[in-house]
Amino acid sequence: MSRVRVLVGTRKGAFILTADGKRDKWKVSGPHFAGWEIYHMKGSPANPNRIFASQTSGWFGQVIQRSDDGGKTWTQPGTPPGEPTTGPGGMPKGESNKFVYDTSAETGKPLTTHQFYDGSQHPWEFKRVWHLEPSLTEPDTVYAGVEDAAIFRSKDGGKSWQELSGLRGHGTGPKWQPGAGGMCLHSIILDHSNPNRIYIAISAAGAFRTDDGGKTWKPINKGLYSKYIPNPTAEVGHCVHHITMNKKRPNVLFMQKHWDVMRSDDAGDNWKEISGNLPTDFGFVIDVHANDPETIYVVPIKSDGEHYVYEGKLRVYRSKTGGNEWEALTKGLPQKDCYVNVLRDAMAVDSLDKCGIYFGTTGGQVYCSPNAGNSWKPIVRDLPAVLSVEVQTLR
Amino acid sequence: MSGPATGKIRIILPPHLRGLAHVKGELQLEVSGTPTVRSVLDALEANYPMLTGTIRDHVTQQRRPFLRFFACEEDLSHESPDTPLPDAVVSGKEPLLILGAIAGG
Repeated sequence: MSRVRVLVGTRKGAFILTADGKRDKWKVSGPHFAGWEIYHMKGSPANPNRIFASQTSGWFGQVIQRSDDGGKTWTQPGTPPGEPTTGPGGMPKGESNKFVYDTSAETGKPLTTHQFYDGSQHPWEFKRVWHLEPSLTEPDTVYAGVEDAAIFRSKDGGKSWQELSGLRGHGTGPKWQPGAGGMCLHSIILDHSNPNRIYIAISAAGAFRTDDGGKTWKPINKGLYSKYIPNPTAEVGHCVHHITMNKKRPNVLFMQKHWDVMRSDDAGDNWKEISGNLPTDFGFVIDVHANDPETIYVVPIKSDGEHYVYEGKLRVYRSKTGGNEWEALTKGLPQKDCYVNVLRDAMAVDSLDKCGIYFGTTGGQVYCSPNAGNSWKPIVRDLPAVLSVEVQTLR
Repeated sequence: MSGPATGKIRIILPPHLRGLAHVKGELQLEVSGTPTVRSVLDALEANYPMLTGTIRDHVTQQRRPFLRFFACEEDLSHESPDTPLPDAVVSGKEPLLILGAIAGG
């Protein structure tokens, strides 16, 4: 029977929630990496027992963890238990948390500044990994979206990382600026139909696409309108909160921008607004039903100044028409006195026949709907604030 | 607490880094040459490579801002990393403490 494994990153550790395909009885494992911020965990489609985790701390910096047994045990890549921790000559083997921006003349450009909060130029400084995206086909290849915004790739299972510097160096970098959460590259989408195509999104710069495996990139923000920047239709500078795609329709993208829910039918070349009848179109998460590419989900948040759900009601909104026409999904969700947020990487969908939808809140609840959103139950209620939710469908 | 064998420096890590390095209590490390903060951190990272980058930046080698180095009731954080450590640390009578700021949630 099929199973699901939900990977939850929180402010104070990681949790792994498992159930069979009915998704009504859950086992909870954790906290793993207790006390550390776990920004993101994601399993490899090529080897589902391999899971990568971004463990981070304002005190101690970035750590990359990897499990090769479905989350039972973890190591920092390069230093497995029982093996010598140093190589020949006594040099440390562990480079897995070393993210160094490429400024070489050959492969990168000596681009060293971006726009800071006050409008001045500011050097790029690595802070943390927001998102890990394992390759669809190579278990040892994984991409990392980092703050300050850049994309890195590891081809050795997370032991060492190299920047795909064409993104930061393509020319618009000095116009990128941090959002309230920092200048983070938070979304990475690998195209199932085209291994050379990758989409990413940055707060606050916008969405970008490569069609040559990461060598060159271009902004894909035409149609976005952001009244909070000097030129509301600028090529870059938009605070894109999340982008998503159904792998069955790789040219169709959905976006939750700071304000506005958007859709592109041409691989990001053009966007149109699909907020329709949403009560507010501010938000962070957006996801697509695994089996129906026209069914999408958002969680409207009151405003940029009040990061909690609108009217004290936790409502997931679903559109079965690819946007514009939205219905509130409330069954099993608190409908009064609720003031949680749902952060940008904290929603996921499984790929069972009856598609399951999952999301985590800043109040520590992780909800599951085993019926595409019709009804919800909390898997857990009292975790630390949830930063990210991913789900693996195991057959 | 009694000191270690001759030539070993006692180090106390903050709890999160003890967990990362899979150690309990204090560490004792051989340090070659005149013990300084830099040479102690070099030895620490050589023996516990998972700590590389967690105490000082990979590239700049600067101390991470929310960490401090204490010994003999003194803050050594703003000393040059090449300043010899106090005799009591070198002799093993006192440990070098690496402390995380009491801040955050």
